[in-house]
Amino acid sequence: MNTQPAAMIAGTSGGGSGLLLALLLLPLLGGIVVAFLKDDRMAKLTALTVSLVELVLVVPAWITYVPNGSRIQLALSVDWIPNFGIHFSLGIDGIALTMIALIGILTPIVIGGSWADKLPEGRGAAGFYSLLLVMQTGMVGVFAATDVFLFYVFFEAVLVPMYFLVGRFGGPRRQYAAMKFFLYSLLGGLIMLASVIGLYVVSKDYNNGVGTLDWQTLSTVMDQAPLSTQIWLFLGFFVAFAIKAPLVPLHTWLPDATAEAPIGTGVLLVGVLDKIGTFGFLRYCLPLFPAASKELAPLVLILSVLGIVYGALLAAGQNDMKRLMAYISIAHFGFIGLGIFAFSTQSIAGSALYMVNHGLATGMLFLVVGMVIARGDSRSIRDYGGLAKLTPVLAGLFLFAGLAALSLPGLNSFVSEFLVLVGSYPNAPVYAIIGAVGMILAAAYVLWAYQRVFQGPVRGNALVGLSGGPGTAGDPAKASIADLGVREKVVLAPLVVLIIFLGFYPAPVLDVLQPTVDATLQSVGLADPVGGK
Amino acid sequence: MLALQPPQQAPIEAPQIEYSAILPILILLGAACVGVLIEAFVSKANRWAAQVTLSLLAILGAGVAFIVYVTDNPPQRGLTTLYKTIAVDRPALFLWGTLLALGLGALLLIADRTIERGGAFVAQAGIRPGTIQDRVQAASGGMQTEVFPLTMFALSGMMVFCAANDLLTMFIALEVLSLPLYLMCGLARRRRLISQESAVKYFLLGAFASAFFLYGLALLYGYAGSVKLADIANAAAGSAASDTLLFAGFGLLVVGLLFKASVGPFHAWTPDVYQGAPTPITAFMAACTKVAAFGGILRVLTVGFESTSWEWRGVLWVVAIASMVIGAVLGLTQTDVKRMLAYSSIAHAGFLLVGALALRPEGLSGTLFYLLTYGFTTLAAFGAVSLVRDSSGEATHLSQWAGLAKRSPVLAAVFTFLLLAMAGIPLTSGFVGKFVVFSAGIQDGMTPLVVIALLASAVAAFFYLRVIVLMYFSEPAPDGPTVTVPGTFTTAAITLGVLVTLILGVVPAFALDWAGTGTFAF
Repeated sequence: MNTQPAAMIAGTSGGGSGLLLALLLLPLLGGIVVAFLKDDRMAKLTALTVSLVELVLVVPAWITYVPNGSRIQLALSVDWIPNFGIHFSLGIDGIALTMIALIGILTPIVIGGSWADKLPEGRGAAGFYSLLLVMQTGMVGVFAATDVFLFYVFFEAVLVPMYFLVGRFGGPRRQYAAMKFFLYSLLGGLIMLASVIGLYVVSKDYNNGVGTLDWQTLSTVMDQAPLSTQIWLFLGFFVAFAIKAPLVPLHTWLPDATAEAPIGTGVLLVGVLDKIGTFGFLRYCLPLFPAASKELAPLVLILSVLGIVYGALLAAGQNDMKRLMAYISIAHFGFIGLGIFAFSTQSIAGSALYMVNHGLATGMLFLVVGMVIARGDSRSIRDYGGLAKLTPVLAGLFLFAGLAALSLPGLNSFVSEFLVLVGSYPNAPVYAIIGAVGMILAAAYVLWAYQRVFQGPVRGNALVGLSGGPGTAGDPAKASIADLGVREKVVLAPLVVLIIFLGFYPAPVLDVLQPTVDATLQSVGLADPVGGK
Repeated sequence: MLALQPPQQAPIEAPQIEYSAILPILILLGAACVGVLIEAFVSKANRWAAQVTLSLLAILGAGVAFIVYVTDNPPQRGLTTLYKTIAVDRPALFLWGTLLALGLGALLLIADRTIERGGAFVAQAGIRPGTIQDRVQAASGGMQTEVFPLTMFALSGMMVFCAANDLLTMFIALEVLSLPLYLMCGLARRRRLISQESAVKYFLLGAFASAFFLYGLALLYGYAGSVKLADIANAAAGSAASDTLLFAGFGLLVVGLLFKASVGPFHAWTPDVYQGAPTPITAFMAACTKVAAFGGILRVLTVGFESTSWEWRGVLWVVAIASMVIGAVLGLTQTDVKRMLAYSSIAHAGFLLVGALALRPEGLSGTLFYLLTYGFTTLAAFGAVSLVRDSSGEATHLSQWAGLAKRSPVLAAVFTFLLLAMAGIPLTSGFVGKFVVFSAGIQDGMTPLVVIALLASAVAAFFYLRVIVLMYFSEPAPDGPTVTVPGTFTTAAITLGVLVTLILGVVPAFALDWAGTGTFAF
């Protein structure tokens, strides 16, 4: 294979270039195999094995990655459509690496968490797990692509399995939710396609007359483009990403999709898929259109802060637990957006770290919520009450995940949220202050939800049956609701460990992220107000 | 009265004919003529076998002749032959190859007799619909085997059409390709009234379109004193004649062409004809006629009218937008699969026009590539439609497609893939096609048009998705249609379409190379 062009740019680690390809293809092949398995248990086991092997493959990638090495590592590039200067090129920077690691960690957890899910009638487990694995390939591809065209391909391709996962295996209104999700994302994607094509055409003027979609080349030449051109191209990308990592007012598909998606799919949706948007800001909007990014930063900051407050308020008002997860995520994406467009090393590092932490904390909260729903068979908070008496371990883990999501010091999200706020204060003090208010609201919606579901006497339709009615005292006979089983504990344990570990010692991840963050900020060409490293 | 004597005429020379270049067309025309003779002289029982064999051999033979010519003569510039009426240049060769491959696929669909006993065509077209004889013919195993020579005529007409270098040749080719199509539309075995209605409708509107074309031709002849595209271009560049003649002629000419390409707002026949015609014929029309018509449009716009593009481009912008919007929006309201695909073809015609309007090498190669991809996708899609049947024939109403994935996962998967290709999802040829056409559009400064096109594709995606939703997420109706297991012919045609859609989506470089070398010769 012709790996020369990118290998020359990447310089280091030519040997590991096959690794990304393996990470990319393994889930796809696994998914194809699983699709043909007739036996449900066999399908689940195969899927779990594949996802664990994938996780193991992440380890050498993490080890070979040199944080202070070249911008894109483990690079691999093959000519794909030479007529348009398009390569099949893969490579990772620190942010992509951490996201791929997050995917590697979450997928087996999600498979374990979905193990006992009741699928809609007539739908086999093989289809579900096969789509899950195929989607994993798409997600890895999005983060590993270093050609804008290839990125776009994965960006769109990942929609298809997600669409089927929601539409085939979701809740009662799954068709509507799947369609809404797909159309929103496709619309964003097509607007981005206009920008991708525009980027290719414009790049001719700054790249010696040769159009290219290679990210590394583009990131060095596109800053010469005039501001107006940059703004148009930026907006095309921005709309697509703002739909993905839903910024208010482009968010309305997320609550529907999250509410109707099966729990495992929902975790991947808010945990990873939506990060494509924030990753896109960092990887494409900032380096490719630096002038436009600076020019339009106030707009993005306003939307982000709006998202923080709006998401938090709606989360507080939610009765549907899964929609609650969606609004919590919207608030968190607001923080990430704030950090990115505040343009300081700390805030951007905070945002990049937040992308991982949100995946872990909200992912865990989502899984726990799934376990509650599995027991009570209702998504409505009103149908519960006093569940802690029946399932103390579940209650404890809900509280733990909730505290992680509201950024309690000592748990992982705190570090990132703190970095975002500290880093954005010098550049955007007003936004940072409003964002900080969001932290308080976060405490309100998490704790209130916990209180309503778990505290007090056992009550609610889901727990004491319809005859009991709300407020009825607990019927001990209803104690058939069991606490967490071994499988569920095993599924949640790694998340608990990671959340605590990263809360006290985020350095391993931050060290990987920092050089990439510095490089990103450098490409925007702003002096770092905080001083940074 | 010496002065009035006609000037001394040079002896008429026989034109130079490059037989090797036009051999594919000659083979097809020859086969068509032999096919007519077969109808006259071969016994009824043996006709089908004879016709199918002859037609397949003819297309394959034409293909071989084509490949031999292309490999022996890789001319960048191409040549003109038959007094410069036929241009065998790279675009023409690309279109010929596309037409031959698509024609082969369509022929396989037409020849299939496993899906319906006796094939999709009426046993005797003369029987009145609804009578007892009609019921007998519907159950019988025979068919009007004239379909095969008609297909050969139409196909050769299409090949001439996209290589025609003067308007008169183009007009004759237009008629050679249209007349058989009018006939074939009326030959459905089932639901014959709607089929005959579609034939009449197509014929009447098509006759109008031909008349428009002919008027345009006449006006242009008046303007330029020649029907050759190159002469018209020269005249437009430096003639003192009135521009009214030029643009009136151009307008009428283009209306005729846009009608054939089913570009909105000249699309009115498309949904009815696509719905009424026998599905294999619909596939043939949707794939091959589109290719031929856009081949003609590309040549006329580029060779004949490039120098005046400034004056007419705005109008065609509006036409392209209208086509995309009509196709995408009206497609939303359709409840019949074939009509829905018809509106989709109207929307795609709008996208194709974006590439044709770019009037630059990228636009030419992009449009050619798009034609190739769209042709195969739509061919396979109509092939798949013909498989979903209930007791009264094809079940094309969308409600009948509910839960199809449960009945036939393979067909549902294939059709989903084709719909995603039409929606332009990456890793299908449809996406690459859109990419190359739209990038040509942006390079030519048509960014607003491209943005509108992308928004229209988002709208169109909705009705493609709706079918996917129906097939996968809905419960099947208890008395729903069944999916016929296709025979070799249809399986081959659908497989061909799906494979090309996939291959051109994943590794399109080679086809882009073919489409991208060389420009029009004139």
